[in-house]
Amino acid sequence: MKKIFLILILIGLVIISAVTILTTKNYEPTNQMKLKEKYPKKYSPSVDHSQFTLLQKKFSSPQEVTEACISCHNQRHIEVMQSNHWNWEREEYIEGKGIVYIGKKNAINNYCIGVEGNEQSCAKCHVGYGMTSSMFSYTDAKNIDCLVCHDNTETYVKGNELAGLPDPSLDLNYISQHVGKPERSNCGVCHFFGGGGNNVKHGDLEKSMFEPTKDIDVHMAIEGVNLQCIDCHKTEKHNIAGKMYSLSSMNRNRAYCEDCHTENPHEADILNEHTVKVACQTCHIPIYAKVNATKMHWDWSTAGKLKNGEPYEEDDSEGNHTYLSIKGSFIYGKNLQPDYVWFNGTADHYLLGEEIKDTTKPLKINTLKGSYQDKDSKIIPVKIHTAIQPYDPIKKVLIQPKLFADKKGEGAFWQDFDWRRSAKVGMEEANIPFSGEVSFIKTEMYWPINHMVSTKNLTINCTECHTRENSRLASLTDFYMPARDYSTFVETVGYSIIILTLLGVFTHGTVRIFSSKKRKRLISEKANLYL
Amino acid sequence: MKKQIYIYKSFERFWHWTQAILIFFLGFTGFEIHGSIKFFGYQNAVKYHNIAAYSFIVLIVFAIFWHFTTGEWKQYLPTLKNIKAQINFYLIGIFRNAPHPTKRTILSKLNPLQRLVYLGLKLLVIPIMVLSGLLYMFYRYPQGSGVEALNIESVEPFAIIHTLGAFLLVAFIIAHLYLITTGRTITSNLKAMITGFEELDNLEQVQVQEEQTEVVNF
Repeated sequence: MKKIFLILILIGLVIISAVTILTTKNYEPTNQMKLKEKYPKKYSPSVDHSQFTLLQKKFSSPQEVTEACISCHNQRHIEVMQSNHWNWEREEYIEGKGIVYIGKKNAINNYCIGVEGNEQSCAKCHVGYGMTSSMFSYTDAKNIDCLVCHDNTETYVKGNELAGLPDPSLDLNYISQHVGKPERSNCGVCHFFGGGGNNVKHGDLEKSMFEPTKDIDVHMAIEGVNLQCIDCHKTEKHNIAGKMYSLSSMNRNRAYCEDCHTENPHEADILNEHTVKVACQTCHIPIYAKVNATKMHWDWSTAGKLKNGEPYEEDDSEGNHTYLSIKGSFIYGKNLQPDYVWFNGTADHYLLGEEIKDTTKPLKINTLKGSYQDKDSKIIPVKIHTAIQPYDPIKKVLIQPKLFADKKGEGAFWQDFDWRRSAKVGMEEANIPFSGEVSFIKTEMYWPINHMVSTKNLTINCTECHTRENSRLASLTDFYMPARDYSTFVETVGYSIIILTLLGVFTHGTVRIFSSKKRKRLISEKANLYL
Repeated sequence: MKKQIYIYKSFERFWHWTQAILIFFLGFTGFEIHGSIKFFGYQNAVKYHNIAAYSFIVLIVFAIFWHFTTGEWKQYLPTLKNIKAQINFYLIGIFRNAPHPTKRTILSKLNPLQRLVYLGLKLLVIPIMVLSGLLYMFYRYPQGSGVEALNIESVEPFAIIHTLGAFLLVAFIIAHLYLITTGRTITSNLKAMITGFEELDNLEQVQVQEEQTEVVNF
């Protein structure tokens, strides 16, 4: 009886322990697990646009499509007309310059320089119809191009040099019946081709990002969570979070990795501590331009050479232009290691017509502000695009040349290949005093790298920065970094003390050995003597 | 007359050897963090260095307690008596097989030079290393968390002081390892620190001419 009782207790214990072991598996899911579960869920729209009779009627112009959109979405056009995508300018505050209105409309860059006078061509990437050099009504809602962002058929395409109008052969009924949230293809069609070709401008945004693999971008990878642009660039009432500091100046409306990943995403505290001063991108984007090359240098000064009176082009083995008569010579780069700068979210810009203070140094078209001492600054990766571009050596201003025209004789450089003439016409259209002289100046532009985030295993190692030789952060010298930095004084004194100690020990030891041998010899000689 | 005397108690030996291992390990990982060598991998070196540092602090707390409760701290009181004779011994006498000028006893284990050097380590180098190390560890950039209240704008001063201390300790270890061999025999000091026993002169006995008994002492 007693025995059975004992056995029963034993079995009970085994069952209890087995149950407890099996039920203690309710671990806390990590933030990353939650994100991975949340984002791949398929979005199902609340309406099917193909069933609306309004969209069955034959559209004779794209403006009619816009009117149809507004007839239901009757407040959205107001939001769009307040956006930068429509206005091509923003109100920004720049320290020392006050409130400025800056955007594609009036800004200057070191790629195609500026849109002023070239609108007919540049409007291919404007969310509107009918933008020409002479006029554009920013208040006519009919001119909003809803489809370029909301087309889900991937067939909508704007025509070349049509001032933003779509290709006339498109089936606008089919497209308007298949609209929805913007996808990578909608954003990419402009943002991947900025500067006149694939990946010319950003370096981390290019056509491979339409359908990227995990090796290219861990977030947008089609075999992964397959994020669309607007998953991170969260959009409320057509106001899209995140912007590029080629045009923006203020620390506002930004998209951060931390929005999803929190400020302490690592298991190791020592890595989380880095996030105080190091942006996520710095470690997680070890290289950019992973698939196709990006433009690193643009020399306008060589533009205008002709063969038999005709413009020509030269390409490298991968098909990147190395020379174009209309644009000059280029240097492309692929699989590039970013440069690194301190950045606090504010930037300064060279504004059209501003006098260049020092013409001996490269002119920074945009200056990313920040330093180690600034509490809001973090180290970020950037692409630095250098250029040699036309400027007025007398008035000391960058030149906005007229580049594009339909035909010869209007002064457009791409037709007539005459710098002085195109500079004169361009500066007149931009209403900036011009001396008539054209010279060339080196310029730099800073492009923060935010995309092409690598998988965890490719994240940069500690010793790519914490190292004496070839540190990725070698150019950031305003702080002490372990393993990279040392005091020459301490190093010299330290090694000297060690060497002196070793020498002392060695000498002392040697003398001891010899004196002992000598003594032994003397003793044995003495002993022999007595024998 | 010689006599085997229990000179290093078990805690003392435990403390000494643990400290030896920790300092060696801290030096090794520390110089990897400093960028001088590569061995564990940077992140591991930092991790191990921090763990070893905390272990060392715990050991120091125990050692301080031991020194005060046993009165052993008196061993380190500096004295000028015999200091010249001790220097003369290391510079001249040792080569002539002269006897140690300071007689080691349980109440006075250390010669005047040892007293000075160890006191310097205990009161100067180790505290500076611990303090600069802790500040280095808890330094969180300007305006971060951690030692924000100190308003120190760079980790540089801590790093420089900590590195200088590390160089001094390396030099100390080299000299220390060599001086171990300068006991009665080459290994007698080492044996004493391992077993606790050392053959000491019986104080009541008249000093014996060492040359007769120990010919082979170089």
